[in-house]
Amino acid sequence: MSQFAINLLFVGASFALYIGIAIWARAGSTKDFYVAGGGVHPITNGMATAADWMSAASFISMAGLLATGGYANSSFLMGWTGGYVILALLLAPYLRKFGKFTVPDFIGDRFYSTTARTVAVVCLIVASVTYVIGQMTGAGVAFSRFLEVSNTWGIWIAAIIVFLYAVFGGMKGITYTQVAQYIVLIIAYTIPAVFIAFQLTGNPIPMFGMFSTHNESGLPLLEKLSEVLVELGFRDYAADVDNKLNMVLFTLSLMVGTAGLPHVIIRFFTVPKVADARWSAGWALVFIALLYLTAPAVASMARLNLMTTIYPEAAGQVENYEEAMAEPILYEERPDWFRTWEETGLITFNDLNDDGRIQFYNDANPDFADTAEARGWAGNELEVNNDILVLANPEIANLPPWVIGLIAAGGIAAALSTAAGLLLAISSAISHDLIKKTINPGISEKGEMLAARISMGGAILLATYLGLNPPGFAAQVVALAFGIAGASIFPALMMGIFSKRVNSKGAVAGMLAGLIATLLYIFTYLGWFFIGGTNMLPNTPDNWVLGISPLSFGAIGAMINFAVAFAVSSVTEEPPQEIQDLVESVRSPKGAGAAVDH
Amino acid sequence: MADEKSNAAAYWKANVRLIFGCLAVWALVSYGFAILLRPLLAGIPIGGTDLGFWFAQQGSILTFIGIIFFYAWKMNKLDEKFGLGE
Repeated sequence: MSQFAINLLFVGASFALYIGIAIWARAGSTKDFYVAGGGVHPITNGMATAADWMSAASFISMAGLLATGGYANSSFLMGWTGGYVILALLLAPYLRKFGKFTVPDFIGDRFYSTTARTVAVVCLIVASVTYVIGQMTGAGVAFSRFLEVSNTWGIWIAAIIVFLYAVFGGMKGITYTQVAQYIVLIIAYTIPAVFIAFQLTGNPIPMFGMFSTHNESGLPLLEKLSEVLVELGFRDYAADVDNKLNMVLFTLSLMVGTAGLPHVIIRFFTVPKVADARWSAGWALVFIALLYLTAPAVASMARLNLMTTIYPEAAGQVENYEEAMAEPILYEERPDWFRTWEETGLITFNDLNDDGRIQFYNDANPDFADTAEARGWAGNELEVNNDILVLANPEIANLPPWVIGLIAAGGIAAALSTAAGLLLAISSAISHDLIKKTINPGISEKGEMLAARISMGGAILLATYLGLNPPGFAAQVVALAFGIAGASIFPALMMGIFSKRVNSKGAVAGMLAGLIATLLYIFTYLGWFFIGGTNMLPNTPDNWVLGISPLSFGAIGAMINFAVAFAVSSVTEEPPQEIQDLVESVRSPKGAGAAVDH
Repeated sequence: MADEKSNAAAYWKANVRLIFGCLAVWALVSYGFAILLRPLLAGIPIGGTDLGFWFAQQGSILTFIGIIFFYAWKMNKLDEKFGLGE
């Protein structure tokens, strides 16, 4: 059986499984989700949350970013897990006690204002749309590889499937489907990792293998990796970063963003008790950590495998790297995985010095220029897209074809479940929070559904356009969404719970200030509405204010939000007594009923 | 009523204190050990790299899990102690 057929089989079988579960668990209407959701065990809910939340960025892109950035990109690991601590301690139990389903519902009620609700809806939509772009680019990569089409076609196919999935299935609502998706996703991620860890180090547990001895060279794996990288002018894998301020702010942005993403928060409304909301966050993090503790191992091992594929002589115990690096593989002798990925356009070779060999090194490093010249190298000849690393990993390591089929199924499950979930969040924000609660309260149920579907279609088209013209790799686009959510929604929720003094004017001013400041900073460097070429300053560290990257600005935006909200509230009136009573009641777990329908 | 109010206030105060403690550990392992204090831990080797690197890519995540479960367990006790459980 060909690899193509195996991929189709695995992806098809996993889809059949989700649809089967969706039909089996579908007790009646979509409303059933909320009620059934109220009886979900914290462990089950934790697993569903993990599937809902771990997206193409986590599954496909993160290991690629860690592999190219090494230590410097650890922020992704800490940021996307540390946010759950904030969520569990500062938000989840209180929002569960509040007992409604949407984030704008809480903000609208707590700040007793339609304006606050509307601003929250706008923030939610901006963050979610940006997040969907990241899913589209990621799903595009996965589809282009396993259907053997171009990346552009991959994105269009992903868009069509997400649309069908979200509009007709409404599957996101069914917790058990997500549990199945989590299981597919985690098996797909860990099996290749276990194989590779065992191949390279003899230790089958990736998180330990990463810190073990590399079989071929007898050196610790990370030391060997750094050695090879440095010999080719790349950064030492474990090198410390110079700009610690930026790293701290970036990590903080991802953390507050995780805690401010509406489709994550919503999950904690569905457990039976306030105490369960606390446990549930813990279980979600356990299931997420299974992937996140494996990702750094996948990253370092895949990078080493890639390097030693191109430079076979550098794999073992090397006395003289000068000799080992002299003979990278011939382009004619490139492995099969290289050929298949070339067809997607995500890996490209350009023989600059016409020697028929693949020179892969860092030609942007001025300290390395002399060495490269002495070796007769005319520039880096290989471009490898970050996003393909996890998907290509089993092929690079020569794993059996079914493992490759499995990883295709896992990557697609991760991208589609999150994309569909986000699209549902966007459409419910427009149809429920915006149209029904704000513009036209008399709208019929049919009209509301129609509005939901139209807005979902619009959101997919927008996300597809931006997915075709992305401002960065999937994980970086997603990081922007986190910055926006962290700067606008998170502070409003936290102040709503921890302060009785912040009033509607303060909350509205704070959210707007946080959102606008963050967007302005991002657009300045990445182009207005991410349209390439419209940026006012080049997106390089020299141009960033105090070296703070646009991806890290969410933390500053959140601080601006807090500062403006407190300042405005302190010079305006106190919130009315019933709002202060509402805050009191949210703070105590006593008397939390089942979450009510809206 | 006054009793109930002061009880709720005491509960909230205990909760906030616990949150501060947990967040101190949260910040120490991530922003501390993994980023700002990494040069200080550079001398402690771990499988081909240093302790700061391990905290950045493994240790902080493991600690986060510990913090959430500790908080949930501790809060359940507080709920009981103040009679505010469900």
